[in-house]
Amino acid sequence: MPLAALLIQRLALSVLLMLAVSVVIFLGIEALPGDFAQTYLGQSATPQAVANIRQELGLDQPAVTRYFGWLGGVVQGDFGNSWASGSSVSRQIGLRLGNTLFLAFWAALVSVPLAISLGMLAVHYRGRWPDRLINVVSLGAISLPEFFVGYILILFVAVQGNWVTFPSTVYDGMSFGQRLEAIVLPCATLVLVVLAHMMRMTRAAILNVMSSPYVETAELKGLDTLRIIARHAAPNAVAPIITVVALNLAYLVVGVVVVEVVFVYPGMGQYMVDAVTVRDLPVVQACGLIFAAVYILLNMSADILAILANPRLRHPR
Amino acid sequence: MDSYLKYLGREAAFGRISRREFFGRAAVVGLTLPVATKLLTSSVLAAPQTGGHLKCGLEGGASTDVLDPAKCTSQVCFVTGRNWGDTLIESHPSSGEPVPSLAESWDASPDAKVWTFKIRKGVQFHNGKELTVDDVVATLKRHSDEASQSGALGVMKSVGEVKADGGNLVISLPEGNADLPLLLSDYHLVIQPGGGMDDPNAAIGTGPYKVASFEPGVRITFEKQANDWRSDRGYVDSIELVVINDATARTAALSSGQVHFVNRVDPKTVDLLKRAPHVTIENTPARGHYVFIMHCDKEPFASNDLRMALKYAMDRETMVEKILRGFGTVGNDFPINETYALFPEGLEQRSYDPDKAAFHFKKSGHDGAVLLRTSEVAFPGAVDAAVLYQESARKAGINIEIKREPGDGYWSNVWNAQPFCTSYWGGRATQDQMYSTAYHSKADWNDTKFFRPDFDKLLLEARAELDQAKRSEMYREMALMVRDEGGLILPMFNDFINAVTNKVEGYVHDIGNDMSNGYVATRVWLTA
Repeated sequence: MPLAALLIQRLALSVLLMLAVSVVIFLGIEALPGDFAQTYLGQSATPQAVANIRQELGLDQPAVTRYFGWLGGVVQGDFGNSWASGSSVSRQIGLRLGNTLFLAFWAALVSVPLAISLGMLAVHYRGRWPDRLINVVSLGAISLPEFFVGYILILFVAVQGNWVTFPSTVYDGMSFGQRLEAIVLPCATLVLVVLAHMMRMTRAAILNVMSSPYVETAELKGLDTLRIIARHAAPNAVAPIITVVALNLAYLVVGVVVVEVVFVYPGMGQYMVDAVTVRDLPVVQACGLIFAAVYILLNMSADILAILANPRLRHPR
Repeated sequence: MDSYLKYLGREAAFGRISRREFFGRAAVVGLTLPVATKLLTSSVLAAPQTGGHLKCGLEGGASTDVLDPAKCTSQVCFVTGRNWGDTLIESHPSSGEPVPSLAESWDASPDAKVWTFKIRKGVQFHNGKELTVDDVVATLKRHSDEASQSGALGVMKSVGEVKADGGNLVISLPEGNADLPLLLSDYHLVIQPGGGMDDPNAAIGTGPYKVASFEPGVRITFEKQANDWRSDRGYVDSIELVVINDATARTAALSSGQVHFVNRVDPKTVDLLKRAPHVTIENTPARGHYVFIMHCDKEPFASNDLRMALKYAMDRETMVEKILRGFGTVGNDFPINETYALFPEGLEQRSYDPDKAAFHFKKSGHDGAVLLRTSEVAFPGAVDAAVLYQESARKAGINIEIKREPGDGYWSNVWNAQPFCTSYWGGRATQDQMYSTAYHSKADWNDTKFFRPDFDKLLLEARAELDQAKRSEMYREMALMVRDEGGLILPMFNDFINAVTNKVEGYVHDIGNDMSNGYVATRVWLTA
């Protein structure tokens, strides 16, 4: 079956890609000025203390040895321990990844249906004021940097209105409801940031199909426009929409460092930035790999969904 | 009006304004004498209230933080350690003198080489075990060991033998040190059961709070320890430290009342924060300083004339005004200010003098630009400070060329490596510690490459001198050496700027360190 073969081929390729990513991250960290021992100790580094840490962590070994040592652990499912805190990377990442996915999930749940329905609405009213309003507002939101959107929301909703919990820190022992309340602001910011991209793509893709003869036929049959858009035009425009949705979902997981910092949300991004600052290689590698995996998986599922949605793609000529 | 009066009352209570001034200002706003008196006594005598949940939003925490006090480097770890543990000695908030904590009293031999500390009886650790002198000995030994990677290793290196003698701790030093008690107040030296040898991260101590949950870089919570051995601390029932590294988020959390206390208020926005009706800024004069450092052993800075020229080219008042927004004091090119015991009074303040700068510059024979390296990580506003300095030096005919270095790796590649750069120093507990850390010829962090055998000799003599008058004279001489011959340009000492909401009472200004010397959560109480 060609689909299964394609899937296997893609999976094998992504393993290679992840290996390449890990090499690039490793080289990147090597190229940064100062190693873990120096940066961790910062201004208080003495030659003796630096030498102690290097010896303890095996940083005095050649880079190739260290890389394969790390790789050997990962192949057996062991991400090792953080150099800085000594705690298990897998356990920490478990917590942080859970938080990140929680936020991404709710942001996606709001933004994807909202973007697609707004896109359809814009098509329906194309050229008239609702179309223009949707365009202007969503373009406005995407043009502002996300930290700015975040600060504006904090100022009006948290500081002056005092309507929601801020900072958005989530922690063990919080109830589900409390967690939801805590992420209202970061979630709203993310929705505003990713909305325009998906909405515009939906609008463009559907408009493209709207000029085809079969849509004209549907119109002549006397179907109402919304029904034509939803039942006849949208399924044929789904491939580009799926691609852009997948890209934005990936962004919601891997690109939200700034939002995490602004709203004090303990996700993967902050964890990785903390680790990069002190060159905590095991943590950086693990985060990098997970981010890469999320990206690759989402892209792959976008491709597969597009093939499923469009039977023509199943039979390459 | 209410908040103004409350502010006045508090200022009077902490002795920042006199009683007379308080009544004067109260009269100006139309208060009768009896009412003003009542207000003053209520401020002064306001009895601490117990109970409540204190929330602090703190900068300086990362997912790399640990509970082991030896490895404590961040601000959050600092406060955390103060909450759950005690040191042998504390420093007095306003005088900086050593005061008893787990050590009840102490004695020194006349040469300051052998010290005996009486360890307090009847103190319990959180696990119910009684504190003994063996725990103290084990703790100090752990921090003396290289393998512990303790931040107090520098302090403990000077300590010779540590042993128990009955209920007492006896420390014998290879060389006399009159400041030993203060050195033991170092925040890393938290006394742990068995010295924390088996589990340094257990966070079991004798402090007023127990760690209830610990998520590094996110949030740490504490519960009151029921039978705390001290009654003058630990007023709130529970504490929550939330890590908020973003300055804007921290400010927003305070102004929306979601946290009671924040640290590291940005001087640039402090005026805006002040406008919030329920927020009080608590700034404390401090020992930390921002510096421009020259290597005395490298060209062109080997010439003392060039160094003098660069010192005179610094406009200190402008630095305090523009970089610190007034939250600081001018420096005088030696690393000590009034907050230290035995501060040398009456030294002439060096000020901006383009003529003298030009004179010395010409005399040095140096020709061309002077290269200054800087980075935002050197201190907040370091790049701006460098540009301001460039301007004031230009008026003296000195051309400063600024090279902006990446923040990453600044401390390993630029500081202590390049001949002229910007940097900062936190304060130390004593003058001796400050000079030993950064001005002794053999110090690892001698970042001005100040190699002066006569200075080293004086430093050692002053360290063992128990006669305060003689010691004071030695410190004056040392200050003059650094000020007039060293490689240090010290334009400003920066205040610690913290802020609290009006629900918080009893904030103690402590010159020892930031955030009321880390004791903020154990010292304040909440009003209803």
